[in-house]
Amino acid sequence: MGILHFKRSKLLEKQIDEFLNTVSRASLVFRKGIAEYLEGDIERFENAIAELSKLESGADELRRAIETDLYMNSLIPEIRGDVLGLLENMDTVINAEKESLSQFSVEMPDIPAEYAKDYLELADVCMNSAEAIVTSIRAFFHDFYMVKNYLHKVYFFEKEADKISDRLKRRIFHSDLDLSQKIHLRYFALHIETISDHAEDVADRLNISTIKRNF
Amino acid sequence: MIYFYLAGGLFLGWSLGANHAANVFGTAVASKMVRFRTAAALCSFFVILGAVFGGSGTSATLKSLGTVNAMAGAFVVTLATALSVYWMTKLRLPVSTSQAIIGAILGWNLFSGSATGFPSLTKIVLSWGASIVLTAAISAMLYVSLRAGLKRSRVHLLTLDAYTRAGLIIVGAFGSYSLGANNIANVMGVFVPVAPFRDVGVANLFTLTGVQQLFLLGGIAIAVGVFTYSHKVIQTVGNDLLKLSPIAAFIVVFAESLVLFLFSSKALESWLLTHGLPAIPLVPISSSQAVIGGIVGIGIVRKGREIRFKVLGDIAIGWVITPLLAGTITFFGLFVMQNVFDQEVYHRVAVPVDRSLAVCDEASALDPILAVRWKSGPLPVMGPYLPVAPAPGTPWPWTPSGVTGPEGPLAHP
Repeated sequence: MGILHFKRSKLLEKQIDEFLNTVSRASLVFRKGIAEYLEGDIERFENAIAELSKLESGADELRRAIETDLYMNSLIPEIRGDVLGLLENMDTVINAEKESLSQFSVEMPDIPAEYAKDYLELADVCMNSAEAIVTSIRAFFHDFYMVKNYLHKVYFFEKEADKISDRLKRRIFHSDLDLSQKIHLRYFALHIETISDHAEDVADRLNISTIKRNF
Repeated sequence: MIYFYLAGGLFLGWSLGANHAANVFGTAVASKMVRFRTAAALCSFFVILGAVFGGSGTSATLKSLGTVNAMAGAFVVTLATALSVYWMTKLRLPVSTSQAIIGAILGWNLFSGSATGFPSLTKIVLSWGASIVLTAAISAMLYVSLRAGLKRSRVHLLTLDAYTRAGLIIVGAFGSYSLGANNIANVMGVFVPVAPFRDVGVANLFTLTGVQQLFLLGGIAIAVGVFTYSHKVIQTVGNDLLKLSPIAAFIVVFAESLVLFLFSSKALESWLLTHGLPAIPLVPISSSQAVIGGIVGIGIVRKGREIRFKVLGDIAIGWVITPLLAGTITFFGLFVMQNVFDQEVYHRVAVPVDRSLAVCDEASALDPILAVRWKSGPLPVMGPYLPVAPAPGTPWPWTPSGVTGPEGPLAHP
């Protein structure tokens, strides 16, 4: 029946899943890109940037298609504003990942080997926070009552990212490096850390949406 | 003139459609789950269906409360009901058409000196209370089971949305049918004893009785009310009182529809009786109050978060004020109609034909229009009407005191 939108709903479910897969893949590519930069493999690092750009454009297109469908067909009318807010915020996570890699590509920071491990650890934790928010949003759509079980992981990884970033910055500023390099390195810790902050923002929205959805 | 008098009932029907469509499709439309046109078309169709094919049960109960036996009287009764509903709505008090019509009929009984079927009145008033409790209980049970089911099912949000949409349409249609079946008595019930229509066959498929034609007219009036004015009410009610999630709205409307159906289904009544179970009385109840019962049911499960005690208090006040207001308007309306416009607002009907065929029993005492139960032979078309019912077991011949027949005071044959 046309007015019930069963077919349209199925199509949209696929698009939402695809969007979340794209965000998840983007965080893996981001982590891979950081590792390759730290290993000095610039060619593969540039490939990662190109791949991430493609994923980001794909996510944008999917998000717009989802938004249009939700409004055109009056689907989930009581919470579509929340859903759109969540998807748009998820987009900021993937944008932050792309932006971070771009900054590496443009500024080519000189990261001493003794800090490489910390940067990689920070990228790992940020990737985990992005993964955790993707899982939480998936639960919001598929298994609503499990959202809380995943959401706490986002907050955990965000705190971890803060700790690692703080530790890294302290080590940098207590070192004998030039002040200009210290400031430069600090910016790159911040760039990476931003990803987990964005994930946390999405988690906050998701938390409220979950309370609202609890009929 | 007959058709002019019917206008009172049609106005009441319009008002019922305008106000009560919100109770079955309010949240679905206000939350944009269902388009207004779709909801209005479904609501109208099923209200008419319910009125024509399921409306006789509650009408019989109203008839047993008091039989308005003159067209002008029925006009005043329905007009007074419509005015009371309009006035109460203006005062923003929860109003029920069912409660207004009962008050109006009692007003007519008082004016015409007719007997009031007190057992019927008790049954009706108890049913009003029972309908709220029953809706609350059904709603609470549905809420608990649906919540448990959803926890296990892991349905995607969008699939759930499509199912909820389908559910709202189905329960809306069911609710509309039940509303038509249960509430048509309020609109056209008082015209039944004086219905001017004869039975007509429809394309050799089925026959529409005079009463069904009357209910069809009432149903159409309700449908016009749904199409012309209910959108505004839906926007107000759907966004205010019934601000529920679509799933909670589905539960509330389902519980309400089920209760309206239980209180109007003759088939269910006879099934219960044949199985030796206590039957549910066929009584016109208030759909608005059933909805509030449904919300309270969910509120209880959710530990009182949605219980609005003030609304419940207003309902209780409405139970007293609405019938009083409608009864008073009817009484004075009948006085004006009789003395200013010189219209006959009630007939004094003498006990006709062979009285030796009649006997008084308990059933006849409960039912003023059948105050004389016939031992044999068909009932006369204009049934014997006694303004004062005889006590059970009263030996025949029995003459009610103070009753005047066409040929003067009644006496033993």
